[in-house]
Amino acid sequence: MKAVIKGAGYILAHTPDMVLHNGTTQTTERIVNPDSEYLKQLPSHLRDWNTVLAYWPNQVYIGNKTPEELATIPQPWFEQTCDVNDRYGKYGQMMPQEEFLLLMQAVDVFDLVKMEKSFVAEHKAAFAANEMIDETIVARIKDGIEAEEIARLVNEEHSEPLYHNNVLVGCVNRAHDIDVNLSAHVMHENMVSKASSVLALLSALKNAGVAKEDVEYVVDCCEEACGDMNQRGGGNFAKAAAEIAGLKNATGSDVRGFCAGPAHALIDAASLVAAGTFKCVVVTAGGCTAKLGMNGKDHVKKGMPIPEDMIGGFAVVLTADDGVSPEVNLQIVGRHTVGTGSAPQAVIQSLVTEALDRNGLKITDIDKFAPEMQNPDCTKPAGAGDVPLANYKMIAALAVKRGEIGRADIAKFADQYGLPGWAPTQGHIPSGVPSIGYFVDQIKAGKLNKCMIIGKGSLFLGRMTNLFDGASFVIQPNSGVEETAGVSEDEVKKMIAKAMREFAATLLAGEE
Amino acid sequence: MAILAGKKVIIIGDRDGIPGPAIEECAKSAGAEVVFSSTECFV
Repeated sequence: MKAVIKGAGYILAHTPDMVLHNGTTQTTERIVNPDSEYLKQLPSHLRDWNTVLAYWPNQVYIGNKTPEELATIPQPWFEQTCDVNDRYGKYGQMMPQEEFLLLMQAVDVFDLVKMEKSFVAEHKAAFAANEMIDETIVARIKDGIEAEEIARLVNEEHSEPLYHNNVLVGCVNRAHDIDVNLSAHVMHENMVSKASSVLALLSALKNAGVAKEDVEYVVDCCEEACGDMNQRGGGNFAKAAAEIAGLKNATGSDVRGFCAGPAHALIDAASLVAAGTFKCVVVTAGGCTAKLGMNGKDHVKKGMPIPEDMIGGFAVVLTADDGVSPEVNLQIVGRHTVGTGSAPQAVIQSLVTEALDRNGLKITDIDKFAPEMQNPDCTKPAGAGDVPLANYKMIAALAVKRGEIGRADIAKFADQYGLPGWAPTQGHIPSGVPSIGYFVDQIKAGKLNKCMIIGKGSLFLGRMTNLFDGASFVIQPNSGVEETAGVSEDEVKKMIAKAMREFAATLLAGEE
Repeated sequence: MAILAGKKVIIIGDRDGIPGPAIEECAKSAGAEVVFSSTECFV
């Protein structure tokens, strides 16, 4: 059986106040250097809602613009204004902070998220009008509490404050008095991840045209951990998000692998479908508050706006073969093994060329590669370079070494076989998967053939191993409905008749 | 190469550039003593 990709959902939530209060670059700075110039200057570098709407990479992320169009726009992209500024796109939407805060309350099932009364009254109608938010989710919004009580919770009960336009409008309470894994900080981080995952799930299902009741399994591949002091990463974000999204017939589980998580999760999901275990599996991930403003010091130093102000989310819907949708080729799967090592060349060999070699393919047999799709507006000013471009150069260098392209072709390899990066630096979010929606559309339109998704993960950050990690897989056009395996009744009768005739012939031959 | 011989070295690698263990191997082969090595992630 084959697993096909029916559709994908991509969402962004604009959370400028969380950049200030929850991004670890800022929270760390507040501890070690509370009077720093950076903290003083940072607020004036935050972008407003209209600016993020008209930001080219964001419009590509939600599907209103293509990566090809983005490639024609001169960098840096924050200096350009996109001619499209819709909040809704082909794959999903951008959600403003006020709606996202209400969504956080809607996904909370333990009465931990408290919102201020007038804030709820002011923004509930806009939240309810959101195309992805149905009445079951709106019904979860509470009327809110007094501002004084929220201030008391923040000041006396260790609650994590929620700000909008620098005004305290709510908080996330701790879920336990002493359990650090249920602290207000952790609950806030997890609630953001859950909320953005729910929005991505709903967007993906709509885009795929798949009914909620048809989803049998959900795999979450974010980088957060939920659990208590006795099981810190117990999980299960997948099932928790599926509950709010109304996927009554689904169960699920979490897959983790740092930024490589989505690639691992998609290989797992495709395998579950291909094995016939489940007919419909959705891979989903919400975003990460800790990474907001991660490279902010360099952005402020260079006088540019903070581009790391968006919480990202994505979801991909996989089903059994429908004879039309692009399929996941589970033969061309790359993996970084324990023995691979960490040298960049070895990493790309393990993820790209070894998988191709096993299938008798060349690098140039892949139409497009999607490695780390980080937006260079975020990484270049911080000295990390253009990450997708660095990956393309390494793949191109291997292609030269293998004699598949000429040395002179390295310069144009990225244009021909790559895409520019447009995803926010949210760890797992840019890791190859932002390209899936675009690839599915292009493959269905007959414009692309084989496309490789590459995820890479920094396992060493967990201090359990010094190893790197990664996984890759290929999406390709649907090869048509498979012939039914096995033998029909008619064929069995013919085979028996043939065998009996042959047996009779041997008997006759024996008599002669 | 000689500039690293007998020197104590602290290595901060970049996961999207050259990771710590790869720099570590180079530094050791040049005669350096690696006292700390890690790889950081900026994305």
